[in-house]
Amino acid sequence: MTNTAKSILETRALDLSIGGKTLCRNLHLKIAHGECIGVLGQNGTGKTTLLHTLLNFRVADKGEVLLCDRPVSDWPRKELATKLGILFQNSSDEMPATVLETALLGRHPHLANWQWESSTDLALAHASLAAMGIAALAERDVTTLSGGERQRLAMATLLTQAPLLYLLDEPGNHLDIAFQVKSLALLREQVIEKRLGLCMATHDINLAARFCDQILLLTGDGGFLLGPTHEVLTPANLSKAYGCEIREASYERGKVFFPE
Amino acid sequence: MIQRHHYILLALLLALTVGSFLVSFSSGSVDLGIGTVLQLLFGAEGGLEQQILFELRIPRSIAAFLSGALLSLSGVIMQVLLRNPLADPYILGISGGAAVAALASILLGFSGLWISNAAFGGAMLSILIVFGLARSQNSWSATRLLLTGVVISAGWGAMINILLTTSANNSVYSMLFWLMGDLSQSSAGLPSAFVLLGGFVLMMAVAPSLNVLSRGDLQAASLGVNVARLKLILYFSASVLTACAVTIAGSIGFVGLVIPHMLRLLGARDHRVLIPASILLGGSFLMIADSFARSIIAPQQLPVGVVTAIIGVPAFLLILRRTKPAPG
Repeated sequence: MTNTAKSILETRALDLSIGGKTLCRNLHLKIAHGECIGVLGQNGTGKTTLLHTLLNFRVADKGEVLLCDRPVSDWPRKELATKLGILFQNSSDEMPATVLETALLGRHPHLANWQWESSTDLALAHASLAAMGIAALAERDVTTLSGGERQRLAMATLLTQAPLLYLLDEPGNHLDIAFQVKSLALLREQVIEKRLGLCMATHDINLAARFCDQILLLTGDGGFLLGPTHEVLTPANLSKAYGCEIREASYERGKVFFPE
Repeated sequence: MIQRHHYILLALLLALTVGSFLVSFSSGSVDLGIGTVLQLLFGAEGGLEQQILFELRIPRSIAAFLSGALLSLSGVIMQVLLRNPLADPYILGISGGAAVAALASILLGFSGLWISNAAFGGAMLSILIVFGLARSQNSWSATRLLLTGVVISAGWGAMINILLTTSANNSVYSMLFWLMGDLSQSSAGLPSAFVLLGGFVLMMAVAPSLNVLSRGDLQAASLGVNVARLKLILYFSASVLTACAVTIAGSIGFVGLVIPHMLRLLGARDHRVLIPASILLGGSFLMIADSFARSIIAPQQLPVGVVTAIIGVPAFLLILRRTKPAPG
């Protein structure tokens, strides 16, 4: 599938390092339409750094990132934001704003300078809040939300942004286990239905196993494993990458992984 | 998203502005009365009263409106730029630079326009010093900017104290008036009006980006804002607006900090509403404060900066108390 379909995003011979530490060398990553990719690895192996590089927040040491066959560095910020949207690891809301106003910010890249949000934009924001189960909180001040509610709001804002490629940094953060699965199922459904892409960095191997077609497993020494989920996610690979014994158990829909 | 209550708020503020102009025109050591003011404005001949209105009251009211509007617009910008609700137009040391230059020129025996020019020059110098020091390797963190500004401010503060303690008594009196903010010497000309208008148009153009930027640098960048460029625009806009304001009337406190917060509490959180609302409320507020300043103990005048705090503190606390915490 990845070979025939034109990819949304592609990295070519990407080298990343931070603070003198090499995170990955010669990474060729392709995210095709309708594909979900999971990025796994220990703390500090460069999952977030990779996502930020894809967004052109930082420049790679070597290699390039292409979005729709055009280097990300060539995209104007605003136009880039219509194609790439990110869910950050943690959101900070110090200035007062309502939940609905915050979700509506997702429309910012789509609006011209002097243009106000239309009723379509408003409807989209309401629908996103409803999809994340927080429609009832629309008029609440964001500073009064719980951690999980904030995470849902951040996801709703991303849905309102409606990018071509979702980049998720720890999507499960603060969410209860039921909603972790529910929200990712919803995103995956959209990815398949609308031919979008999804790339998520996570510590939750089982979440990645359940929702991703491909896995990029960073080993922390500049190396990585990249391939179909069932090939990369094996007890042997995971044990090596995480430096602890990881075992698997099967159930009727697949496998779960847990530390020894 | 603009809503009906935003239109109502802006309409009320517009009415308040017109009302404040009339109050400001009529009050002072000679009470003209709003009826007389209206007759004179619409062409009646009035001898001395006409002279008072056109030569004293109107220029002073305009100066008050402009400095209030400049300060509160600058306050809005600083609060977004530094992402700090405690930020005000003076937090980065602009008023300190202006004050040192103004006080030095008072010490040297200059007056009137020369003091204003010195203040503007001092403000510009301070803007450039902070900018030069805060910007390192293209990174522009709010914390670094804030720290640099606060430290430079402290430096100016020390110089102000040196000037105050070493000056002769009679000049200390005018220095103190300048420091507290005073409109009795001021006349704001067209340049300040153009700066305000330019600032308003520019800020309205970037207002949607301000909404996003107040959610944080990364979030703003991910939603399509060129953060570094926007911050540069904000820094220089806020600085020039503040420099103009202190040039008109010295460092009037409180307006730039509190007016934006009052409006946010009243529901104007979207910058496309907050920006025009701050201009109107900031301008009106300062005109009213100045009307009090010259009529409470007339014919003597209080520095307007004292009155802004005397009116502003209870007004702000009242709004803070009456605003319901969010439901739930």
